[in-house]
Amino acid sequence: MSALAVRDLTVTIDGATPVDSVSFAVEPGQCVAIVGESGAGKSLTARALLGLTPSGSSVSATALTIGGVDARRLGERQWRKLRGERIALVSQDALVSLDPLRTIGAEVAEPLAIHRRMTRAQRRARVLEVLKAVSLPHPEERVSQYAHQLSGGQRQRALIASALAANPSVLIADEPTTALDATVQARILDLLRHIAETGTAVVFISHDFAAVRRVADRVLVMQNGRVVESGPVAEVLQAPQHEHTRELIAATVHEPHEVTAAEVEPVLEAVAVSKSFGSTEAVSAATFTVHRGRTLGIVGESGSGKTTLARMIVGVQAPDAGELIRHGVDRVQLVHQNPLGAFDPRWTIGRSLDEALAAGRVPRRQRPARSARLLAEVGLAPVLAGRRPSALSGGQRQRAAIARALAAEPDVLVLDEPVSALDPSVRERILQLLRRLQEDRRLTMVFVSHDLDVVLAVADEVLVMQDGRIVEQGATGEVFSSPQHPFTRELLAASARPE
Amino acid sequence: MSVGRRVLFVVALLVLAIIALAAVAPDLISARDPLQTDVRGALQAPSAEHLFGTDQSGRDIFTRVVHGTGRSVGIGLLATGLALVLGLLVGTVAGIAPRIVDVAAMRVTDVLLAFPEFLVALIVVAVLGPGPLNVAIAVTLAAAPVYVRLGRVQTRTLAAAEHVEAARILGVAPVLAFVRHVVPGVLGSLSVLATIGIGSSILAAAGLSFLGLGPAEPAPEWGLMLASGRNVLAQAWWISVFPGAAITMTVISASVVGRTLRARAEGRSS
Repeated sequence: MSALAVRDLTVTIDGATPVDSVSFAVEPGQCVAIVGESGAGKSLTARALLGLTPSGSSVSATALTIGGVDARRLGERQWRKLRGERIALVSQDALVSLDPLRTIGAEVAEPLAIHRRMTRAQRRARVLEVLKAVSLPHPEERVSQYAHQLSGGQRQRALIASALAANPSVLIADEPTTALDATVQARILDLLRHIAETGTAVVFISHDFAAVRRVADRVLVMQNGRVVESGPVAEVLQAPQHEHTRELIAATVHEPHEVTAAEVEPVLEAVAVSKSFGSTEAVSAATFTVHRGRTLGIVGESGSGKTTLARMIVGVQAPDAGELIRHGVDRVQLVHQNPLGAFDPRWTIGRSLDEALAAGRVPRRQRPARSARLLAEVGLAPVLAGRRPSALSGGQRQRAAIARALAAEPDVLVLDEPVSALDPSVRERILQLLRRLQEDRRLTMVFVSHDLDVVLAVADEVLVMQDGRIVEQGATGEVFSSPQHPFTRELLAASARPE
Repeated sequence: MSVGRRVLFVVALLVLAIIALAAVAPDLISARDPLQTDVRGALQAPSAEHLFGTDQSGRDIFTRVVHGTGRSVGIGLLATGLALVLGLLVGTVAGIAPRIVDVAAMRVTDVLLAFPEFLVALIVVAVLGPGPLNVAIAVTLAAAPVYVRLGRVQTRTLAAAEHVEAARILGVAPVLAFVRHVVPGVLGSLSVLATIGIGSSILAAAGLSFLGLGPAEPAPEWGLMLASGRNVLAQAWWISVFPGAAITMTVISASVVGRTLRARAEGRSS
């Protein structure tokens, strides 16, 4: 019997149907992935499976069986008995999902205290058992520690442990790895795979086909609340039937960018550049060259020093040691990771563009025309100039941020994780835009990202950073085809491209 | 916003509108003279002739309440406005100044915050002497520490915000970036605080007047009127009750509107 059987699950809120007749089943020991972009209805589907849809919504289904229990007409009290016991959730952000005032041990023991009659000693034994099962190192010490004392990956493991504590038949993992570094992500995905193999039915929710490839047996592709395609992962990946599936798959694997063979003229040279914060060395002895009209990719995990390096290139931070030599470069512009934070929330996009043009000494009379041209160049409709950043979508905001950076006619454009907060298809379009700008404007770019695959798609040359050091650098194609450093190989493996 | 809250908000707005009218054009509501005495008509209970009754000197309470609005509310508004300006100036300066200036300003606010607001106001009036303007200054100084604190923390947050850094990277001069992106943001937060603070400032001002530290008789002022009726409360409750009700209605309405506006500014529904 299926651990989870869903037929024609429909959720309506205010007349809209964000989840429309979704049907699937998960057997014990199987992992089913639900893939889609934000707003596709995948998270709401997960909420409905937990009986946690927002107030004012109505849920209907011809079948909704969770661990053998018909959950169609349960009251809140009965749902509470089901959650944690038969079906459990691992959510996206482990830092927020773990109570900062409780120890990991207390957190993991909670479902046991609610659903199981156990003595204190039994409970403690079970907590250690699940912490071991999720491969959290040194579980005896961890039980008395708090969430902030753990790293991101460890927190996610602790969260998974607390979900598994009462041994539920179904585990729902809602984007459990998006907040994590690539290599950590890969390990958490392997853990989920292992959990599925040991008999739990896992529902894995993600926007990323690369992750799905790694863990799932079957996949459902959702768009606008409907399942547009489903089937075994290998089949769907091999021969995607629906246009949207093809888009999503294309977004996960890029062809390495072809090096534009042209004269090489250095515009920016870093010689043994170092920067420390207190006793930690964020960047140590970085030596590299940025060439005119080329894109330099900087890859690394969080804390590797890539953002500090980018900020030194922009000039908002000065190196402690070493030299940054600029050859005829006056203007270096930065595109932030979070475009929402990069715009004054009270100003319209048009006003922000105007400010940028004014700072670039464009006469007042020419500014409206220039600003319209910039918007057109990044593919934004002119009406958006009158909107505030909060009224724009993530992709539109990032386009606006790029337009603003271009307003100052930069010699070098530094992009700090410009696409990491975006949906796959939006990310593709932004990458296309960047490639086009690179060709049209012969723009020199420094592209910083944790995602090796994305960097490969736009960069001519790559720097791989680990713990403040550049561990590998070279032409993109070479680094990709024959990675020298073990860390680069690990990153490549974590990006889950097909062998 | 639920229906109940919406109704409350609209009622509070209406009350404030009437109060504003009374403050700006009291003669439109009551054409009598608030200072006109009539010894034979003293201590009359509320009637059609005298809606709120008359006081010991036979003055019409309704007229005095209406004509006292400007003075009572005015002191509170003035104090709130001054506190906001003080908060903006001292707060932004403390937010960007060298550490020593920041520490000095913060220790002063700490000391002021350690005392109840009303006590601080009393001490200030004791030093400056009684009078409506001094009451406004006293209430300002009592309320200002909170504004200064908020102004400082907002300045620090915004000065380090990405959009301010983005403006600087674009080449906007640091001073200009500060004036354009930081100051208006700080002002926004302080204004929200002010809408909530008006009520308590009005209350504090009325309290000082009640103690005889504000405007002097025979000027109509709610706190003062409240005080003048307290000895005859058993015989003529209306002398104190109506000015008291005016204070209460004003403070509650201002608080309801202020809180609703704050909730909207923060993007919450209530």
